[in-house]
Amino acid sequence: MNVLLRNPTRELVISGPTSVEALLGSLQIIAESVIVICNNELVTRDTVLHDADTIEIRAVTSGGSQ
Amino acid sequence: MHHCQEQVRRAIHDYKMLEADQRVLVAVSGGKDSLALWHILSQLGYEVDGLYLGLGIADYSQASAERARKFATRESLKLHEIDLPRDVGFGVVTGAKIAKRAPCSACGLSKRHLFNQAAVQLGYPTLATGHNLDDEAAVLFGNTMRWDEEYLARQFPVLEASNGFVRKIKPLVRLGEREMAAYCVVHEIDYILDECPMAAGNKHLTYKDLLNVLEDRSPGSKAAFLFNFLDRAHQRFADIAVVERSELIPCTVCGSATTAEVCAFCRLQQRACAGTATPVKLSGSIK
Ligand code: SF4
Repeated sequence: MNVLLRNPTRELVISGPTSVEALLGSLQIIAESVIVICNNELVTRDTVLHDADTIEIRAVTSGGSQ
Repeated sequence: MHHCQEQVRRAIHDYKMLEADQRVLVAVSGGKDSLALWHILSQLGYEVDGLYLGLGIADYSQASAERARKFATRESLKLHEIDLPRDVGFGVVTGAKIAKRAPCSACGLSKRHLFNQAAVQLGYPTLATGHNLDDEAAVLFGNTMRWDEEYLARQFPVLEASNGFVRKIKPLVRLGEREMAAYCVVHEIDYILDECPMAAGNKHLTYKDLLNVLEDRSPGSKAAFLFNFLDRAHQRFADIAVVERSELIPCTVCGSATTAEVCAFCRLQQRACAGTATPVKLSGSIK
């Protein structure tokens, strides 16, 4: 599957099937800091991803001083 | 995503943020939080306009302004704009360098000053910002690490109007960053995905990362940290805020309430613009 990561933007190819949780774990990404979009739909940690899927892992943490 | 509207409605109710017919100005950055907040408040039926502040951070400011304008056009909402380099005489990066301040510090100061000044001049009694639960928990973490009593006294989802400051509200205080990003995806709100180039390595992001590690191991930690402070501890610092307000005098340049003769923003402007600080005439610069 093609995996697009943001901040900085980069692309990876990863073999499926794998769950969202396992994918994030293998990339050492804390689930609390991202949302995962599979084929333009939001998915939860237990969703299983397949080779044909297009995945975006979008970082959600932002900000400077208040 | 009904959940997000419900959480905002609850925050507005619990902290008595708004009356039904009140005009609200939303501080809009082009990011997920401020655009989602603007959308939710307008969906809830409030008369809500936006104010975008261009920070003069090259491509990033241009891209974020485009997102703000695009959203306003799509939703038929009114967007005011101020451009720091054009209307004030300096951008965040150059201004901070000349004034020997960290960019985020110059930026935060400019935002606080100009958003308030615009709200006053344009007749909005309330300014809403997109600070979410993660932002507030991270700020609380930093304030507590330093035991900064003055900042702890000011940290609350509502700051009442006083001394020339409009009422400030944070209606996203019950919602986390993931929920706001998810809200934008579901409602097809095109927000700026790139992080501000000035943010890299700043303490606020470090605190957020630390809290996310805690949250991952112990879900609910961030909300417990923030809301237990607001419910049980904030009141203990209330007297400090009262003393602070009683010590304020008008700035001799712009008239804003300050503890010094010239307020911190006008001092920044003086240094960044080689000695000249003039009150910003917002009404002429707003589209
Ligand atoms: S990261 Fe810093 S400079 Fe960039 S918008 Fe946030 S406060 Fe301003």
